[in-house]
Amino acid sequence: MTRKTRRLWLVIACVACLGTAAALILRAFSSDIVFFVTPSQVEASPPPADRTVKLGGMVVAGSVKREKHGETPVATFAVTDGQAAVTVHYEGILPDLFREGQSVVAIGTVQPTHDFAASEVLAKHDETYMPKEVAEALKKSGKWDPRFGPPPSAASWNTMTVQDAGKNLSAPTAAPN
Amino acid sequence: MLSPELGHYALALACVLAAVQGIIPLIGASRRDVRLMALAPGLAIGQMIALGVSFLSLVYAAVTDDFSVQNIAENSAVSKPLLYKITGVWGNHEGSILLWALILGLCGAAVAAFGRNLPSALRARVIAVLGLVATGFELFCLTTSDPFARVWPAPMDGQGMNPLLQDPGLAFHPPILYTGYVGFAVPFAFAIAALIEGRVDAAWGRWVRPWAVAAWCFLTCGIAMGSWWSYYVLGWGGYWFWDPVENASLIPWLTGTALIHSAIVVEKREALKIWTVLLAIGTFSFSLSGTFLVRSGILNSVHAFANDPARGVFILGLLGVVIGGSLALFAYRAPTLTAGGLFAPVSREGALVLNNILLCSLCAVVLTGTMYPPFMSLLFDRTISVGKPFFDATTIPLALPLFIFMGFGPMLPWKRAQLWPVLQKLWLAAIVAAVACAVAVFTLSGVLPILCAAAALWIIAASLTDIAERTRLFRTSFATSIQRARMLPRAIVGTAIAHAGVGITVLGLAAMSQAQHKIVEVPIGTTEQLAGYEWTLKAVEDEPGPNYTAMAATLEVRRHGRLITVMHPSKRSFNSQNQTTTDVAIHTNLLADLYGVLGDKHGSDSSPTYVLRLHYNPLAPWMWLGALIMAFGGALSLSDRRMRVGAPQRARTSPATTSVS
Repeated sequence: MTRKTRRLWLVIACVACLGTAAALILRAFSSDIVFFVTPSQVEASPPPADRTVKLGGMVVAGSVKREKHGETPVATFAVTDGQAAVTVHYEGILPDLFREGQSVVAIGTVQPTHDFAASEVLAKHDETYMPKEVAEALKKSGKWDPRFGPPPSAASWNTMTVQDAGKNLSAPTAAPN
Repeated sequence: MLSPELGHYALALACVLAAVQGIIPLIGASRRDVRLMALAPGLAIGQMIALGVSFLSLVYAAVTDDFSVQNIAENSAVSKPLLYKITGVWGNHEGSILLWALILGLCGAAVAAFGRNLPSALRARVIAVLGLVATGFELFCLTTSDPFARVWPAPMDGQGMNPLLQDPGLAFHPPILYTGYVGFAVPFAFAIAALIEGRVDAAWGRWVRPWAVAAWCFLTCGIAMGSWWSYYVLGWGGYWFWDPVENASLIPWLTGTALIHSAIVVEKREALKIWTVLLAIGTFSFSLSGTFLVRSGILNSVHAFANDPARGVFILGLLGVVIGGSLALFAYRAPTLTAGGLFAPVSREGALVLNNILLCSLCAVVLTGTMYPPFMSLLFDRTISVGKPFFDATTIPLALPLFIFMGFGPMLPWKRAQLWPVLQKLWLAAIVAAVACAVAVFTLSGVLPILCAAAALWIIAASLTDIAERTRLFRTSFATSIQRARMLPRAIVGTAIAHAGVGITVLGLAAMSQAQHKIVEVPIGTTEQLAGYEWTLKAVEDEPGPNYTAMAATLEVRRHGRLITVMHPSKRSFNSQNQTTTDVAIHTNLLADLYGVLGDKHGSDSSPTYVLRLHYNPLAPWMWLGALIMAFGGALSLSDRRMRVGAPQRARTSPATTSVS
């Protein structure tokens, strides 16, 4: 065994392992990555029903309904980014920090009816903290500029249009949905 | 007496001492000036004492409710129990950085105290590198996150701590995890010192390995504790979220595991020297980046309690200097290191190389999965997340070959080996694995869990076989075997135990993939069926606590009518922060956990219904038990007399070989 053949073996082993790792990563990227969608994106172009996505936005105030299907608790609530609202169904215990009018992230699939079936609902530990994705989505939809203070309550968001954002919160125009 | 000003002064003093510690011994080592080099241990111990005084001052301020200190006012409260006043010191950003610095100071002092048998130049350089790193961290502490800043006027009461942190598991998790992170600073310092010196040899490997193993033990325990905390406090029934913060601790663990294995090759065979130096640098760099990920808002996650991007710039600079500087030094000096011994692909060295390649591939996969989402959002403005499905699909196929090679790697002879004789010795382990596979096919669902369960039993059986072979168990008299077992080097026993620990953890993970759960909303008196148990909600009562009020349920669990346990899951609402936490009830018989969570109360007051989440988690305790066994194996190999006495001596002449491995 010379130094050269040993090095050849090493290179072969490294290439094999890292190649396998790269192949596994690429394969997983094509199927196991979870994209973040906003309610308006769901409205405009819903992802396929077998694709798991993350839906983020504010819980519309007054939209939370808790029901029981048999013995299973089902929570229904609407999530909005200010331009559209999506109804979310969730079987299970809502997290401790889940509040109406606060930001939330739901993981699940979009049903053919454009309703969202959540398998998991996340509200962050910190009640003053807004998930980065939600803040981004809200800024993009023109509903909130963080320079002008904290986000308005979700109740008003659903009835705002882009022009109203930051200008005239007291006199909302007709709801877009 | 201990006052915040004294603490602040002691911190500044420590910073100055660290700077001196980082410069003078380096000059002394390059000039071969014995007096300058001899300053290093004293400076390191002095820095540790100053940091100790500083830390004690902060603890004292916390215990005496000195709310004129901003950090205490923001994170403590009079009503908080004493234990959490103390542990709350490191439950926030400023205090945790101070704790980090203190542990780094302790590492420096430990090298000063236990490094007496090191050559004086190497010891001076190692302590100096630790001093330089400490200077950076203490400057960070002083300039951007001063734990002793006063607030005026002082509030009457503090704002209280995040109730989630008010838990014994999390109270002791950070110090242990940090000791693991920071402990890898010592191998790092050894690597830098060796690069400056231009010499890595077997003795170097023998000096580095105990430090790496010790840090690895702490990191293993720290990660296991963190996972256990998230299991029983967050109440979501899972144990690993693949959260960036968790991954930030897993990545240095993977490279650290590779390091403690490749250091063996350096020690025994003087091969893989450059690679080991690179691993030492890489592991500490990942540890530092781990802190950076946690402490800045770059990767927001459920763990990020202390987000402050402004501080991130300082840490980014520090990371750039430490990582960039050490890699530049590596690129400059590594080619001057001499090559080591030759070995065939099938040999102990070959197995250890394979272990390193696989561990580093795993590390690359975890790193990619962790860094891809922030890069995507930064570069392409797309928000994605990478979770359990991704990591399951990528890490398990890479871990499986690692598990298989783990079985016979320790039994291969050095230098050149024949595979077949070793495999012949393992026939029993192979049969055990095959039977496990057959059993798993009928009891577990999913291909990967079945393979993992078989691999886990293969590792455990092979580790036992290794010890049985070495003691010639059943082939000579039992007394002779016992005698041989006594004579076995502890490092070998430690290896077998640590490897068996991996098997136990993997078995727990495989079984946990079969966990069952059920969410129900029921009135009092209802009985639910889950996993062959009858769970009855007997009562729900209000219970007052020291700084919270709780709603506690009484849950009776029966199996075939026989009472197994009475569990009390509860839900606490904390008055000071208007926050609620769930208090999980767990009953374990070591083979499975029964796990109950109480949710919201619904319905009218006259006929209320309660949301319950019930989990049946088979072999759940094994995951953490395995990690403890791994750490125990590491500690046992640390106690090997070869690591303690017989101070390794350097070869007189440096081996002159032609090329570089």
